[in-house]
Amino acid sequence: MIPVAALEPGGDAATALYIVAFSCFTFDVRRGTHPRTAKQGNLIAAGGMTLAVVTTLLLDGIGNWGLIVLGLAIGAAVGVIASTRVQMTQMPQMVALYNGVGGGAVALIAWSELRNGIAEIDSGLLSEIPLDTLIPILFSAVVGSVSFWGSNIAFAKLQDLIPTRPLSVPGQQVVNAVLLVGIVAACVVLTLNNDDPSQGLFIGVLVAAALLGNLVVLPIGGADMPVVISLLNAFTGLSAAAAGFALDNVALIVAGTLVGSSGTILTLEMATAMNRSVANILFAGFGGAPAAGASTGEERPHTSIGAQDAAIKLAYADSVVIVPGYGLAVAQAQHAVKEMADELSKRGVDVSYAIHPVAGRMPGHMNVLLAEADVPYEKLREMDEINPEMPRTDVAVVIGANDVTNPAAKNDPNSPIAGMPIIEVHEAQQVIVIKRSLSPGFAGIDNDLFYEPNTSMLFADAKQAAGDIAAEVENL
Amino acid sequence: MDVIIEITIFVLAAFVGFEVISKVPTTLHTPLMSQTNAIHGIVMLGGLIVVGFADDGLEKLIGVIAIAFGMINIVGGFMVTDRMLGMFARKPKPAAEEAPKQ
Repeated sequence: MIPVAALEPGGDAATALYIVAFSCFTFDVRRGTHPRTAKQGNLIAAGGMTLAVVTTLLLDGIGNWGLIVLGLAIGAAVGVIASTRVQMTQMPQMVALYNGVGGGAVALIAWSELRNGIAEIDSGLLSEIPLDTLIPILFSAVVGSVSFWGSNIAFAKLQDLIPTRPLSVPGQQVVNAVLLVGIVAACVVLTLNNDDPSQGLFIGVLVAAALLGNLVVLPIGGADMPVVISLLNAFTGLSAAAAGFALDNVALIVAGTLVGSSGTILTLEMATAMNRSVANILFAGFGGAPAAGASTGEERPHTSIGAQDAAIKLAYADSVVIVPGYGLAVAQAQHAVKEMADELSKRGVDVSYAIHPVAGRMPGHMNVLLAEADVPYEKLREMDEINPEMPRTDVAVVIGANDVTNPAAKNDPNSPIAGMPIIEVHEAQQVIVIKRSLSPGFAGIDNDLFYEPNTSMLFADAKQAAGDIAAEVENL
Repeated sequence: MDVIIEITIFVLAAFVGFEVISKVPTTLHTPLMSQTNAIHGIVMLGGLIVVGFADDGLEKLIGVIAIAFGMINIVGGFMVTDRMLGMFARKPKPAAEEAPKQ
């Protein structure tokens, strides 16, 4: 046997190997700043993870090998099946589920650590659980449990297992507040009695946190999912970091913090893109109040065109910007849109894609959907980058997007979406909107864009329309 | 380990995390999330320690579930990220015909 086979738990050798492991994770994210190097970075991180796992298995005194192999086998089987079968449109659900199991693992480990502490007190090894262990245990238990249940609800909503519209019970805010206060109070009691903490009370905390996770996510509507998923991602990360404090494990602290930072950055970015605070999204379910300025229902004049006219406008343009929204993903139109873009490119039209940060159901979702359809990533332009070019764009094509193109966000200070950053398609020379009807988007307000003089509406299914336009362009 | 040292590590890691992750472009945010899911799977180490040193039944059960959960994160997270990044990396054939980007 190799002499290294028995590493001292918490010893220098094990810690050194953990440091190598988390360095791989950080280096990986660094490589992840460019599409070309990111794949290699991912492999480096996987290598770091393997090292961390092997190091742990080599710790002196580890036993129960059969059970360990059982757990690893179950997890690996589920992971392989899930990751190879998932469709790119289902990516948000998948990440929600991963957030969930991650949080669940942390909550379980916290429970086991508490039981360990109680056992040590009972056997006289310890007189009390030290606070620098107990407080992280409680934190990771609460946050882990909230993430587990909250993520499961998010998953169920995205998978259409439960209605995506906001669901709420009367007095929900009060119930949530009571639960939160109860959880904090129970944790304080557990901390004060750290010489004899009650396991029953701890389980009560886990259950209350589970309820809170359910109740917080249930009232949140489908379009707010990018924020919810990012936030739960941040939560699971922080709970892992807390577990690292409880277990005195540097790899957990650093990796958890990295995940927490990532989730936090994405949460803030998504909230900014919707011009709403995180608190507003969490505690004021959008659909709840179709606010003032909502659709008036009156007929307003608009221009309607067919696929042939649209094809002519596009084919004789120099530059075309395609603005995809979630409707494009729902219609599975990404491949048809790519074909349309290819036909235009053949005629020398410069085609690019303007991606709003919340165009999909999670950060960067639309980019992945288009990448799957073979759209080169250089063609995907961010909102801030493309907006100044809009006045020089001949035709902007809006496909399945609505609120993120509504000029009222810029022009009408009384609009419910006033101040929300938008893709400024109304600045383009001409606009074609492919949409089934004039119905309002998720915010429940009329889109002024549809009634602008330079806008033409093409009423059709996104996939059908893109296919028709591609065929018409080919025949011109 | 001294809790103050751990807090130092945490704070420094947070700064490094914010610094590095804010440089990841929007295009890669979905793979970033699935990858952070995988990295989060590091909590499996806790599960391994729980099972590895467990002697009562409930403890073993808790640990095995935690290991399975963590492993789903690790295996599923890295594999699905690899799949997605493959889509960004591959050379689309019609690229040569497309108008050059200004």
